[in-house]
Amino acid sequence: MPQRILIVEDDSNILILLNFLMTNSGYETRACSDGPGALKAAAEFLPHLVLLDIMLPGLNGYDVCRALRAAPAHAGTRIVILSAKGRDHEIAMAQASGADAYVTKPFSTRDVMSTVQRLLASP
Amino acid sequence: MLTGGLIVVASFIYVGLLFAIAAYGDKRADAGRSLIANPCIYALSLAVYCTSWTFYGSVGRAATGGMGFLSIYIGPTLMAALWWYLLRKMIRISKANRITSIADFVASRYGKSQILGGLVTIIAVVGVIPYIALQLKAISTSFSIILNYPGVAMPERIGSRFFLDDNTFYIAMLLAVFTILFGTRHLDATERHEGLVAAIAFESLVKLVAFVAVGLFVTYGMYDGFGDLFRRAAENPQLHALMALGGESGSYTAWASLTVLSMFAVMFLPRQFQVAVVENVDERHLNKAIWLFPLYLLAINVFVLPIALGGLLHFSSGGVDADTFVLTLPIAQAQPWIALLAFVGGLSAATGMVIVETIALSTMLCNDLVMPLLLRAAGARLAASRDLSQLLLGIRRGAIVGILMLGYLYFYLAGESYALVSIGLISFSAVAQFAPAIIGGLFWKGGNRRGAICGLSAGFVIWIYTLLLPAFAQSGWLPITFLSQGIFGIDLLKPQQLFGLNGLDEISHCLFWSMFFNVGLYVAISLLRAPDAAERSQASLFVDAHRQTPAAGSRFWRGSASMDELSTLLGRFLGPERARDALADYARQRGIRAPDALPADPLTVHHAESLLAGAIGSASARVMIASVVEEEPLDIGEVIHIIDEASQVLAYSRQLEQKSQELQAATNELRGANLRLQELDQLKDDFISTVTHELRTPLTSIRAFSEILLDNPALPQEQRDNFLSIIIRESERLTRLINQVLDLAKLESGNTVWQANAFDLREALEESLNAMSQVFQDNRLRVESHWPEDVAPIVADRDRVMQVLLNLLSNAAKFCTPGTGHVRVMLVHTPEALRVDVADNGPGICEQDQARIFDKFRQAGDTLTQKPTGSGLGLAISRQIIEHFGGRLWVVSEPGAGATFSFTLPCLGVLDDAQKP
Repeated sequence: MPQRILIVEDDSNILILLNFLMTNSGYETRACSDGPGALKAAAEFLPHLVLLDIMLPGLNGYDVCRALRAAPAHAGTRIVILSAKGRDHEIAMAQASGADAYVTKPFSTRDVMSTVQRLLASP
Repeated sequence: MLTGGLIVVASFIYVGLLFAIAAYGDKRADAGRSLIANPCIYALSLAVYCTSWTFYGSVGRAATGGMGFLSIYIGPTLMAALWWYLLRKMIRISKANRITSIADFVASRYGKSQILGGLVTIIAVVGVIPYIALQLKAISTSFSIILNYPGVAMPERIGSRFFLDDNTFYIAMLLAVFTILFGTRHLDATERHEGLVAAIAFESLVKLVAFVAVGLFVTYGMYDGFGDLFRRAAENPQLHALMALGGESGSYTAWASLTVLSMFAVMFLPRQFQVAVVENVDERHLNKAIWLFPLYLLAINVFVLPIALGGLLHFSSGGVDADTFVLTLPIAQAQPWIALLAFVGGLSAATGMVIVETIALSTMLCNDLVMPLLLRAAGARLAASRDLSQLLLGIRRGAIVGILMLGYLYFYLAGESYALVSIGLISFSAVAQFAPAIIGGLFWKGGNRRGAICGLSAGFVIWIYTLLLPAFAQSGWLPITFLSQGIFGIDLLKPQQLFGLNGLDEISHCLFWSMFFNVGLYVAISLLRAPDAAERSQASLFVDAHRQTPAAGSRFWRGSASMDELSTLLGRFLGPERARDALADYARQRGIRAPDALPADPLTVHHAESLLAGAIGSASARVMIASVVEEEPLDIGEVIHIIDEASQVLAYSRQLEQKSQELQAATNELRGANLRLQELDQLKDDFISTVTHELRTPLTSIRAFSEILLDNPALPQEQRDNFLSIIIRESERLTRLINQVLDLAKLESGNTVWQANAFDLREALEESLNAMSQVFQDNRLRVESHWPEDVAPIVADRDRVMQVLLNLLSNAAKFCTPGTGHVRVMLVHTPEALRVDVADNGPGICEQDQARIFDKFRQAGDTLTQKPTGSGLGLAISRQIIEHFGGRLWVVSEPGAGATFSFTLPCLGVLDDAQKP
């Protein structure tokens, strides 16, 4: 039974590449491009891990992150925040809103993969 | 039995008695139980008004002029009715200002003027000396007559004798010694001579008793009462005339002028001022004096007419001077004791007058004439000496001797030619000159120094010319033609018919002209010239005396002083010990323990000045105080200056207020600017952050897809191609973005190089539509365009305008739904400009986004649809370009009904040359 990863990203190209990386590594994926859609998809899909962009239409990544953390159904869900801004206060914001990891764009595919695998491997 | 020795002994006993009374009075005063704190004594001391002129002269006047002598007593009686207001005010002012004499009073009223003080002193001395001479004459005459007892003989002419053989000279000397002993025991002239006043009151009593005794003797001893006496007199037609009003010297004019003169005299004779004002203990004593003094006058006048009638009846053969009836009638009746009493009464009337008058004059001479001159001539040397109080006393004593000597001189040279009454009236006329300045000064604030000086001088000159010089002429000092033909033989200047004024007796004549010029000049010049600040402050001090507090005088004082110098100065004039006591007293009054701790403030300086004024007069005191106090003179200009300063300060504070308001405004502006800066900073941060984000996003795709391609060589060709094309598109996006950011930075920094050529906007529009035709076709969009036949050229950068057109067209293409999309382009010619509309039928832009889409990196978009492609800088750049060429770029849209972007550019047809870019 493959582990499930929810990809939340509003840039279609990045969505395509993340989807390729995750499925290529054997994960089951679901994609979505805005905040409210992400919460809806998460409730249905119950992902083990969420790859979450910050600049999202509707509801930003932090809000989505907090909402997931507040829901008991996602207690064990790992959250990785992907951001194109990469400033210190944004990393702090990510941690404060309950993310497990933070990856700055542009990223190396190896880094993303290792972060995902590390988080999903640990109990 | 009345030997010369007896008379001399009696005189000395009498004088000794006076001394005893004076000594007792001083002792009581020192013990704090004042003998004279009694309204009866005050009223009696006022009766110093009645001199030997009253004692002997009234009878003489009644014997020649009938009832006319009464005018001299009616005046004071009328004046007494005004005392409650007039005299009380003078007393109050004098107490508050430590005024020492009438000269001091006038000087003080008119700004402590030394000139006025000196002028009043000179007038008083010159005017009163004949009066003193008159007393000497009375003493001398009465002495000669009584020495002849039991014979009745008139004394021989005095002028024929050498003065050292003349007993009058010795009498004058004795009186001088007596006056010095009485009057100059203390320095402070404001300190009351209590013993002297007691002695004077006693003398008033003696002269009244003596006169009434003679009167009773004549009426009831020689005749059988008033009825008998008057009946006998009525039988004589000549005497009958004396008992009626009118007649030769009893004309109504003379009555009126003598009444007025005596009203002034009882107020302004130096000795009257001395006893009524300076020696006054308590102003409430006035209440009794107002009726007791007139009563005294009545009592001493009751027997004047009986004695005169008795004398005339008794000495009907003539040869006896009527002025001597008081003495000669008892002698003729062989009544030695009554004669002696009459002599003592006359002596007492004369000595009382001489002593008080001389003390008053010597104070004036010292304080208002000698001291100011001395201070002026030898101020520095005087200032160096430690104790001047002995010098002051010396000056006063010298003045006393000098005055009596002058009196004697006048008596010796001119005394014989006039009756007692006439001499007295000359003096009355002189002091009457003070009336305008004093009464005016008490009730009219407008009266000023120049007016007073001019009025007084003019009155004095007229007095000299119309009364004194004629008196000299009649004594033979001047040619008698002076009287009959006037000076230089000019008729109009005849001294007793001045300017052709006939029909008046000499006294009325003098009164008329002197008052005419005195009052006239006083009022006219006062009205002409504004008083200075010192005068103004003194004027209100005097005029408002009934309403003022004692400290009011210091209001206008400004300057700085040292306490050391002040106390040294006081010590110099008062004597060090008295100065110390006075300052200690003052310190106690102010609740300060030690005099050393007194502040040298205006109050203290004012007090020191008034202490000093008591010793040397107000004008000199002011000069002395000014020598140690660095006073800044306060003239009207200065007052105006102060007011100016005040208004400047006011204006300045208004300016300050304005400045602080401006500062407040500037602060607010700065705060606003700071906020804007912070906003700008925030905007800049946001911009950088946004640019970073916009750059990182395509980079992310480029990098990640490149790694994927590298890591997965076995990918199917189709997927590879797809990934590679993404890499290329994102690289293009990145390039475009970088270009646009640079472009915008250039536009905003103003470093753009703009071309400006005239071109046809239609062509540019066609060209851009052609460039976009492929995009429109790809998206299956319908395009319409409309433009007029004839279009004015515009002047602008053609490439930049093309950039705007392409941006608007690509935006329209981007937001239109492929297939059903429809873009309409219109060129409209308005009077001043060309307008281009680019309308689409896309989703439209909601109202809140319509302004924001022109901001950098702001894109409108439906959150549910895909994010529009593009950098978000296009519209911002377009707006910059259009605005640079004087046009406007805006959008009109309704959500759901498409959007119309429009811009205008001014066209050449309307722009004049000057406005060409």
